Amino acid sequence: MRSEENIGQRGAGDVRVAAAREVRDGGQRGAQLEEGQRQAGASRPGGRQSRVPSWLSAIVEQGTAMPALISLVVIAVFFEIESHYFLTGSNLSNLVVQTTTLVPVALGEVGVLLLAEIDLSLGSIVGATSAILGVMVSEVGVPWWLGMIIALACGAAMGAFQGAWIAFIRIPSFVVTIGGWLGFLGLQLFILGPQGTLSIFNPQVAALTGSYIPGGAGWVVGGALAVAVVARALLRLRAAGGRRRLGSLTLPALAAALMVGVVAVLNSYKGVPTAFVVVMGLLFAGWWILQHTRPGRNVFAIGGNPEPARRAGIGVRRIRFTAFVIAGTLGAVGGLMAASYNSSAGTLTGGGTLLLEAIGAAVIGGTSLFGGQGTVWAALSGALIMSAISNGLDLMNASSPVKYMVQGAVVLLAVTVDTLLRRRAGRSRRLGGITMSVGAP
Amino acid sequence: MLRAVDVSKSYGGVVALDGVTVSVCRGEVLALVGDNGAGKSTLVKIVSGVVRADKAELYVLGNSVDIGSPAVARSLGIRTVHQEQKLAENLDVIENLFLGEELARWTGPLHMVDFNSMVRPTEVALSKLRITTIADIRTPVARLSGGQRQAVAVARATLGQYRIVLLDEPTTGLSVEASARVMDMVMQLREGGCAVVLVSQSIEEVFEVADRVAVLHHGRLAGVFARAETTPEEVVTAVMGGQL
Ligand SMILES: Nc1ncnc2c1ncn2[C@@H]1O[C@H](COP(=O)(O)OP(=O)(O)OP(=O)(O)O)[C@@H](O)[C@H]1O
Ligand SMILES: [Mg+2]
Repeated sequence: MRSEENIGQRGAGDVRVAAAREVRDGGQRGAQLEEGQRQAGASRPGGRQSRVPSWLSAIVEQGTAMPALISLVVIAVFFEIESHYFLTGSNLSNLVVQTTTLVPVALGEVGVLLLAEIDLSLGSIVGATSAILGVMVSEVGVPWWLGMIIALACGAAMGAFQGAWIAFIRIPSFVVTIGGWLGFLGLQLFILGPQGTLSIFNPQVAALTGSYIPGGAGWVVGGALAVAVVARALLRLRAAGGRRRLGSLTLPALAAALMVGVVAVLNSYKGVPTAFVVVMGLLFAGWWILQHTRPGRNVFAIGGNPEPARRAGIGVRRIRFTAFVIAGTLGAVGGLMAASYNSSAGTLTGGGTLLLEAIGAAVIGGTSLFGGQGTVWAALSGALIMSAISNGLDLMNASSPVKYMVQGAVVLLAVTVDTLLRRRAGRSRRLGGITMSVGAP
Repeated sequence: MLRAVDVSKSYGGVVALDGVTVSVCRGEVLALVGDNGAGKSTLVKIVSGVVRADKAELYVLGNSVDIGSPAVARSLGIRTVHQEQKLAENLDVIENLFLGEELARWTGPLHMVDFNSMVRPTEVALSKLRITTIADIRTPVARLSGGQRQAVAVARATLGQYRIVLLDEPTTGLSVEASARVMDMVMQLREGGCAVVLVSQSIEEVFEVADRVAVLHHGRLAGVFARAETTPEEVVTAVMGGQL
C-alpha cells in the first residue's frame, strides 16, 4: 500500500499516540514520549541511519510510479540519441495513440492483479469486441455510438461470465480466463467468418484514435489539472503543519511539470489525441475508485489476504465479480481503440503479445502479481515503457527478433531495479507475504 | 442477549462442537474455557458468521436469527476479535481498525472514504489500550510486532456500537500492562451494557472479569459455573474432563 495517496497522508497521521494519552498519568508521560520518538526514528524507512540517500528513498516512498518514470526518461534519451526522431511531436503523438489500446487493457489487469487474481482473456476480449463493433457498424449498420455501446456491453458480459465462475463458484481465475481466452478467440473468429477481416469505414469510429482536441482546449485541461495537483499538495502540506517533509512536493511538482510538458509536445503536432483524453479519464476514474471509495480500499484488503477481509464483513465475492466485469469492459475499450486505429477488425486483433504486454506493463509499473499492491498509474507508465521501446526500435529499423529480446530484457530490468530500490529502502515488495522475485526483504 | 442452542459442527470426521448450548445476557461477561481443540474458536466463528454450523439455533435479543455471513453478524450488533486471520497485513493501522466499515463522506454504492476523520478515533482507541509503541498509525500492520498487531486487533472491539462482543484469546502475546488494559476494556464494555464472550486460557483472567464460566471439553459443554459460586480448581477440573 504505497500509493501516492497513502504516502501523502502518512505525514498527517504521524501523530504519536502517546500525545493523545490522558493527563492523569502525567508523571510517566515524558518518558513515554521519549520512547515514542525513539521508535518513530527507528521505524521510519530512510531515517538517518539508513545507507540509502534520503532523497532516493523519498522517491521510492512516494509511489510506485517513480522507477517507471525514470526508466521512461532513460529510454527516451537513449532513442533520441540513436534516432534523432524519437522526441519529435509527431512521433510522441503517434506513440501516445498507439498506447491507447494497451493502457485500458493494462488498467483492467491492474484491477484484477490487486485482488491477487489474473485475467488471461483480455486479449481475446479486445479481439472479440473489435469484431463485434465491426459487424455492428459495417454489416448490421447500427449507428457508431450504438455499435460502441454494444461492444462495451459485450465486454462487460464476457467479464461477468468469467467473474461469476471465479467469484461465486470459486474456480481459480487462471483457469477460468484461460477458458475465456480460447472461448472468446473462437467467438472472434466466428464473428469474422471465413474472410477473416472486416473493414470499418466509419468516420466517427476512426475519429476515436484519429482526432485531436484543439490546442487551446488542451492547454486549458492540462493547465487546470497541473494547477489542481500542485494546489492540492500545497494545501495538504499546510494542513499537516510542518509534520510533512517538503520532499512530499516532489511527486506532485513532477507530475504537474509532466502534464504541461506532455500538452506542449502534443500541441506541437496536432493537439492532444482524443483517445488519450479518454484513456486519462479512465485512469483518473480508476485512481479515484481505488484510493477514495470503500469498495476500492477493500480491494487492497482482499488482495492482501481475503480471509480477514471476509471476516470484517466485506463483500469479497461481489468485489471480485465486479473487478472482472470492469476488466472485461476495459478490454472492450481496448477493442474499440484497436478497431479505430486499424480501421478494421481482424483475426489478429488483440492477439500476439498484447495480453502479456498488458500484464508486463502492470508489473513494470509496480503492481504485485500477488495482490494488494499497485496503482492504476502502473498501467500508464508500464504501457508507455513497452510502447516506447517498440516504437524506438522501429525508428532504428530493428528487426522483430531484436525487438522482442530487448522488450523482454527491459521488463526484467525494470522490475529488478524497482525491487532492489525498494529492498534497500527497507520495504519488501509485498508486505507480510510472498515477495515477488525477491528472496528475503 | 445472545443464546446459542444445541450447536453442532464437525469438520469431516472431527467433531468440533456437539450440542452446545450457551447464553450471555446484557452487561454480562461469559468466559469460554477449555483445552486446545475443545471447540471454543469454532463456537465464536459460528456466532460471528465466519463458519456455518451443521446445526444451531441462534437467538439475539430473543429473536431467532440466521447468521449466514460476517456482514449479518455485524448488522445484528455482533463484534468479533478472532484468534487468527484478524488483520489485513498490507493495510495500515487506521484501515485495519475500520476494515469493512471505513468512515465515509458520501453514502451510496461508492462511499468516499474520509481518512482524516478516522485518525482521531484510531488514536483514542489505541490510547484506551495504552498502546504507546506504535509510532505511526499509517504503518502497514505487517511491520508491527506480534503484540502490537494483537493490540490493533483488540482495539477494533472498542470502536462503534456493538451489543455483543466476542473476544477469542484477546490477550495472547500482549504485555502484562496491555493485558490489564484489555481486561479494563472488557469491564467497560460490560458496564456499557454489552454482552461479552471472552475466550481465554488464563484462569486468573477469567476469574478477574467473568460473571460466568462455560467449560468446553471435546466439543461438549462440560458445565457452566457462576464465578461467585465456584473455585479455579473446580473449573480446571472441568477443563481436564472431570479428573484431577
Ligand atoms: N478448518 C478446520 N478444518 C478441520 N478441522 C478443524 C478446523 N477448525 C477447527 N478444527 C478442529 O475442530 C476442533 C476445535 O477447534 P477450535 O479451533 O474450535 O479449538 P479451540 O478450542 O479454539 O482451541 P485453541 O485453544 O487451540 O484455540 C479441533 O479438533 C480442530 O482440529
Ligand atoms: Mg481457539
